[in-house]
Amino acid sequence: MPTVSVKRDLLFQALGRTYTNEEFDELCFEFGLELDEITSEKEIISKEQGSVKAAGASDVVLYKIDVPANRYDLLCLEGLVRGLQVFKERIKPPVYKRVMPDGKIQKLIITEETAKIRPFAVAAVLRNIKFTKDRYDSFIELQEKLHQNICRKRALVAIGTHDLDTLSGPFTYTAKRPSDIKFKPLNKTKEYTACELMNIYKTDNHLKQYLHIIENKPLYPVISDSNGVVLSMPPIINGDHSRITVNTRNVFIECTGTDFTKAKIVLDIIVTMFSEYCEKQFTVEAAEVVFPNGKSYTFPELAYRKEIVRADLINKKVGIRETPENLAKLLTRMYLKSEVIGDGNQIEIEIPPTRADIIHACDIIEDAAIAYGYNNIQMTLPKTYTIANQFPLNKLTELLRHDMAAAGFTEVLTFALCSQEDIADKLGVDISATKAVHISNPKTAEFQVARTTLLPGLLKTIAANRKMPLPLKLFEISDIVIKDSNTDVGAKNYRHLCAVYYNKNPGFEIIHGLLDRIMQLLDVPPGEDKAGYVIRASEGPAFFPGRCAEIFAGGQSIGKLGVLHPDVITKFELTMPCSSLEINIEPFL
Amino acid sequence: MADGPVAELLLRRLEASDGGLDSAELAAELGVEHQAVVGAVKSLQALGEVIEAELRSTKRWELTSEGEEIAREGSHEARVFRSIPPEGLAQSELMRLPSGKVGISKAMSNKWIRVDKSTADGPRVFRVVDSMEDEVQRRLQMVQRGQAEKLGEKERSELRKRKLLAEVTLKTYWVSKGSAFSTSISKQETELSPEMISSGSWRDRPFKPYNFLAQGVLPDSGHLHPLLKVRSQFRQIFLEMGFTEMPTDNFIESSFWNFDALFQPQQHPARDQHDTFFLRDPAEALQLPMDYVQRVKRTHSQGGYGSQGYKYNWKLDEARKNLLRTHTTSASARVLYRLAQKKPFTPAKYFSIDRVFRNETLDATHLAEFHQIEGVVADHGLTLGHLMGVLREFFTKLGITQLRFKPAYNPYTEPSMEVFSYHPGLKKWVEVGNSGVFRPEMLLPMGLPENVSVIAWGLSLERWEPWKTKQKSTCADLMVNSLPSPISPTMIKYGINNIRELVGHKVNLQMVYNSPLCRLDAKPRPPPTQEAA
Repeated sequence: MPTVSVKRDLLFQALGRTYTNEEFDELCFEFGLELDEITSEKEIISKEQGSVKAAGASDVVLYKIDVPANRYDLLCLEGLVRGLQVFKERIKPPVYKRVMPDGKIQKLIITEETAKIRPFAVAAVLRNIKFTKDRYDSFIELQEKLHQNICRKRALVAIGTHDLDTLSGPFTYTAKRPSDIKFKPLNKTKEYTACELMNIYKTDNHLKQYLHIIENKPLYPVISDSNGVVLSMPPIINGDHSRITVNTRNVFIECTGTDFTKAKIVLDIIVTMFSEYCEKQFTVEAAEVVFPNGKSYTFPELAYRKEIVRADLINKKVGIRETPENLAKLLTRMYLKSEVIGDGNQIEIEIPPTRADIIHACDIIEDAAIAYGYNNIQMTLPKTYTIANQFPLNKLTELLRHDMAAAGFTEVLTFALCSQEDIADKLGVDISATKAVHISNPKTAEFQVARTTLLPGLLKTIAANRKMPLPLKLFEISDIVIKDSNTDVGAKNYRHLCAVYYNKNPGFEIIHGLLDRIMQLLDVPPGEDKAGYVIRASEGPAFFPGRCAEIFAGGQSIGKLGVLHPDVITKFELTMPCSSLEINIEPFL
Repeated sequence: MADGPVAELLLRRLEASDGGLDSAELAAELGVEHQAVVGAVKSLQALGEVIEAELRSTKRWELTSEGEEIAREGSHEARVFRSIPPEGLAQSELMRLPSGKVGISKAMSNKWIRVDKSTADGPRVFRVVDSMEDEVQRRLQMVQRGQAEKLGEKERSELRKRKLLAEVTLKTYWVSKGSAFSTSISKQETELSPEMISSGSWRDRPFKPYNFLAQGVLPDSGHLHPLLKVRSQFRQIFLEMGFTEMPTDNFIESSFWNFDALFQPQQHPARDQHDTFFLRDPAEALQLPMDYVQRVKRTHSQGGYGSQGYKYNWKLDEARKNLLRTHTTSASARVLYRLAQKKPFTPAKYFSIDRVFRNETLDATHLAEFHQIEGVVADHGLTLGHLMGVLREFFTKLGITQLRFKPAYNPYTEPSMEVFSYHPGLKKWVEVGNSGVFRPEMLLPMGLPENVSVIAWGLSLERWEPWKTKQKSTCADLMVNSLPSPISPTMIKYGINNIRELVGHKVNLQMVYNSPLCRLDAKPRPPPTQEAA
């Protein structure tokens, strides 16, 4: 969930009133926001770097507000204020207009070289805008928030904003060999080639996270004006020449990306949020983008879409009984201008370009419910009668674990993921023989594979509890995972029961006795016949030679028991003899 | 009859004494072990007011076993000195003596001997002086004679450092007559025996009182894991409410069921390598229900069922990627898909509690795997009011009655609501679960009828067991993360401040042994008062 940081006093000034922290928290809750933290720059710096460094920092109160991940229109002070003011019916939602320039329209021409790397671009102009320091900071911050969220860390979309008065169109968006791109980037004093820049930014804490997007491509995207001045090398860095400042009056905005829909949404959000500060409020100057196929489009789209939802559907889905008129009023408060039409049961809703999150009637229904107030909805119980069933495997597990404890064994809960070493080397088995499922991207060796046996987890539990009085008698009933090409995903869980006995003596008879008890519980008699169980001398790398037996029930091998091999004991950092039992309980369902 | 010969002697001496007597002195006089006298004192004490005994402790110096050996045989350095003949001895030979190693270095520093390294057959040791005084032996013998006080503090501490001397604390009793003093006392019985019952002798016998302040002997027993006890209670609650348990025994899932089927777009951050464990082997799902996959693809990329869709290039390869499921909602999706294939539609209530996985680095508050609790109701005409009503019943069973609902965003539910509960301890509203109505874009491609709604909620078992801090994850829109919870009584009780002491192999087994029953709806007991403690 993105967090937006706004100055409290600025927020209250824009809202036209003040709130206590509790009142504002309450308002957020109602609207679906969360007042996460009340802090100041000073407090933040002092927390992160110590009070000495924080000495000169501002102690203006900051509200950190958590915003739902799909509400891009609430990612800056301007949007938050507009949303809350409309919600409280203090203002009417503004209407955003795309206008044609008095002079020539700004043109961005996309060449076909971009196709393989970053094929889409959109653009617009904010004309005669008036920044202040706070507005300017908010403008930069919004771009950053969009980059981190909908733009997926610039992979899907990257935004460039430029001082139009320093440039001269038409602009060209193309892709060139890195060695052929040379310009002075933001915050640098001289020109570098793209190759040099990629090297420099490897150590840049902010920019290094974006390099992978184009790093290994033969051609890098680049936008330049008619004089060859580089505006930006998306998605990495803008040129210094066209940088915007507090004094910039005309802003050229370009968004490039791999996802056309999202690029259009991002452009719409930026221009709707900041056209508030244009001389002609809420108007955005159009720009023309020519695609490689010669087709030309005008942006921003700023599309208003109409949806019709039946009032009784809203009432039915929420569980309320409001008149269509009231519902239309509720929706209007959510920035969705609505009116009752047709037979009086239909509500026509206008989806503004700021609400890209509304893609289905259910999104509209949710907004009606929010405006109605979730906590005002009458709670009811579904009338349908249902009969509960346990999942048979879990039912058996639940019954067995209680009786395992009654037999004197203590239950443990170990991780399903572990290292290759745990299930292979430490048990004297080759990893290829385990049929284990392998994880491709573990952050540490603790999560290389899914376990194929419960034994390592139990032995590690003993190792972490060596100070406990002996004997240690532990068990676990849980799932292991084995590759299996007969299932749709190519792997299958098996419910295993594992128990260990750890003491000064190996205690094979105790583990063997536990097996007898388990079989008694499962109503399986001892015996060689079809219905019975039997153990037969066997061997296994994890067991001490001559002290291992295979367990058969109903003629089928279900596991092994025995005294662990001293090498296994040592590899799990244990010092005492230990016997163990591990069976698959699924045949007993 | 007195209680053993020592007790009897003690009583007689005490009768003759004026005032009282010291247990150690008595032991010396009687020529018995001090412990025997202490035993007699204790058994007499247990009789009541026969004697009074006051514990006194005195310190005194005693030789260690090595010290006693030296007092007898001489110090190591003296023994080394004595074993060197006038013509000297090879150092190697000297080293073989039991006292060799310590003795040589001490004798050297006393300048009694020297080592000549120039001799042909290795270093040789010669006497430097003709005779010496074995001070160490002399001092130890003084201690043995009870004259430790005559030694200087420095001399004593030197001997102590050499581990020849030790200061021991002697506990003795000063015994005096009690208010019911008598030399003729009868022995009390400790326990009732079968013989006493059959002979009836118990009628005439006094019995030793029990000490009811002592702890009993805990029974030998096995124990269930505290978190899994909580799991059992949650299962129980769902069953009480008529919910059927879903199969969740498939940790490995395809991206399709984990994400795509839930209408979670392929560029969603939760599908990032940073957040989700993908598989290297088996890397891809072998089979997908292709008809259904086509409907899902169309809904994502073009929309449909009344939806605009996400309008992006949906890729089958992405859906095939195998992973460790990030939520049990993937299993719910499979169950709902199966439900949709059954005609006519029958309403259903489902639940599951099982492991889910996130690509996290373990620390005190983060686990890479935890248990998700999920409830699902599929029925005609379900409303948000129904969802809230079911949640109210569910949380009441957990002992939580004050609930509040906050609008939220989840990629596959709309409307969505976070469930908050008022925590009297923290004096604030805390999130206890996440819920919503599954999106039509998820349900309709499965084939469920249009007027069927599915409501669902989720919470995390570990957060519940309740854990102190919030597990914040980067993909904050899934149903189970960022679930904080009230401060955990269990964890505070056992001083656990690391989730790994509760879950995984680093568990504290003593905590498992000590953990109480899990009664979720029981009112927390007030902290014990001074008197009760």
